Amino acid sequence: MTLWNILLDTLTQGSIYFLIAVGLTMVYGILKILHIAHAAVYTVGAGVGLAVFRLTGNFWAALAAAMVVSGAVGVLIYRGVYFYMLDQPRIVPLITSVGLFLLMQDLLQKPYLMGPYQHAFPAQDVFPSLTLPWGTVPSAQVMILVFTALTLGVLYGVFTRTRLGLAWQAAAMDRDMAGAVGVNLNRAIALNFLLGSALAGAAGVLVGVFYNSVYATMGDVPSYKAFVVIVLGGMGSVSGTVAASFLLALAETVLLSSVGYVLPRDAIAFLVLILVLMFRPQGLLGR
Amino acid sequence: MGYLVSVMTFASIWAVLALSLNILTGYAGQVSLGHAAFFGIGAYTSALLAVKAGWSFWPAFVAAVLVTGICGALLGLPSLRVRHDFLVLATMGVNFVVVAVFKYVDFFGGALGIVGLQKPQIFGWTLRGWGFLALAVAYLLLTLWVSDYVRRTWAGLAFATVREDEDAAEAMGVSVPRFKIYAFAISAALAGGAGSLYAHFLGSIFPDHFAFVESIGIMSMVVFGGLGTLRGPVVGAFVLKILPEYLRVVGDYRYTLYGGVLVLMMLFQPQGILGDNSWLWKRLQALYARWRPGPQPRPTSRALSAANPGDDPAPASRSGRVNPGERTHESENS
Repeated sequence: MTLWNILLDTLTQGSIYFLIAVGLTMVYGILKILHIAHAAVYTVGAGVGLAVFRLTGNFWAALAAAMVVSGAVGVLIYRGVYFYMLDQPRIVPLITSVGLFLLMQDLLQKPYLMGPYQHAFPAQDVFPSLTLPWGTVPSAQVMILVFTALTLGVLYGVFTRTRLGLAWQAAAMDRDMAGAVGVNLNRAIALNFLLGSALAGAAGVLVGVFYNSVYATMGDVPSYKAFVVIVLGGMGSVSGTVAASFLLALAETVLLSSVGYVLPRDAIAFLVLILVLMFRPQGLLGR
Repeated sequence: MGYLVSVMTFASIWAVLALSLNILTGYAGQVSLGHAAFFGIGAYTSALLAVKAGWSFWPAFVAAVLVTGICGALLGLPSLRVRHDFLVLATMGVNFVVVAVFKYVDFFGGALGIVGLQKPQIFGWTLRGWGFLALAVAYLLLTLWVSDYVRRTWAGLAFATVREDEDAAEAMGVSVPRFKIYAFAISAALAGGAGSLYAHFLGSIFPDHFAFVESIGIMSMVVFGGLGTLRGPVVGAFVLKILPEYLRVVGDYRYTLYGGVLVLMMLFQPQGILGDNSWLWKRLQALYARWRPGPQPRPTSRALSAANPGDDPAPASRSGRVNPGERTHESENS
């Protein structure tokens, strides 16, 4: 593997990890809930995107529909379930979220939804591939990188320049206090779920196009990987999540290209997770 | 009939798993979503000893219990550093790593698993069908006894203090790390025995039998029945294990059912259908109190405070000297 390939792989994988994990981080920052069902929202996004793409043949419509539907599913999960357990011990929403994930994924596997098959997502030529002096970037990767850059910019703007971003920061520091000084918590949290889930849905579509395959259990690996990312990034910090996504992608790419295959990628990630939890519970970049 | 016997055997094995997770989560408050890892370690220990070393079932069973107990103590070490939801993440990780090791290390048979285990024999008589069911039920009864015994000992009290408030427990002189490791070891050892039974009952085991989704299944059985009780996990395991076998609709939606059970129970009855303060259990107790002829039993203080919060039990029933025919305050109230 050349240096260019390693760099490109790292950037792509890191972008994917980031798009999935950022919603989890935002939810954890405010509600302190480990939202495992987020990965099922990501699969829903991929499925909706594929369905709309087959109907219209328009990639942008598919992406928009995926973001709208998965955002709505995210808000529904908050208003329908988590809303009622905000005062419970943190274990209660966690077990609920595991249950939701299992339930949604099992339903998605039914023949009338996605079935137990892999579906192709033939939208590879939306972007032109990019030829640079030191190598080529295939079009699917151009798409992922452009979308991630846009997302990063928008998130940065929302978090630092808007009242909503301020409300999120305040709620993350102290939810009750933020409510007491007039932050409309219900609205802020619902919008938080909306944005995070919409990004997960978009990630589902992008990953589906990138690997040219969409299937019901595609949320399995990201659901656990995303936790590794947010633990590494120091739970609830968005900038930490950015760094951790690319760090994990770099470590995996280098390990896989130099050492080869000892344990599967996911087991390595989990070994890292256990070690980090034991020796640096505040995350690699935490305070 | 053979099918029923085999379903009941599986249900008994899963009842043991649910009871063992109950010791860890219900008594000691350490929520684990990696219990299938201990189940798998027991099954693999027993299967490897039987197939590679030629051991018969009984010594392999004992070895599986011991090895899994030791592994439980080791894998419980993360619980000393992290609490609550982080512990859940760590136990999930343990489950994934253990399954990955079974799958990718050739010594454990890889993805092909281990096949060709013999059914246990006793005095030259092979246990199959009803015989194996009797063995599984005997182990279930043993697990019930251990669960009850642990709860009544000093360790049971220590587990409860660790569950309720670790800092207070430490301040009272209870060594929190020691009892956390005890809970992991006891729980894992019991699950390891269940794994050994499972391996010898099926005759072949594969890594995917012990995947994360099984851990969720065991947890949903405990949560459905009632965390921290003896009846809850057993009833939960039997209901959630037998229902999918006999109702085709439920069978197709087995994991939807497990997931839905977790969500609905957490929303509406976090204490489980037969938990101490649950709707159904209170009704059952009231029914029992009304229909039971002759001398009334002394209600336990827990059942009393659960049934009538804020209501002081009658002195006679508290002292334990209840005259035959005397009505307890429960039936008076109803």
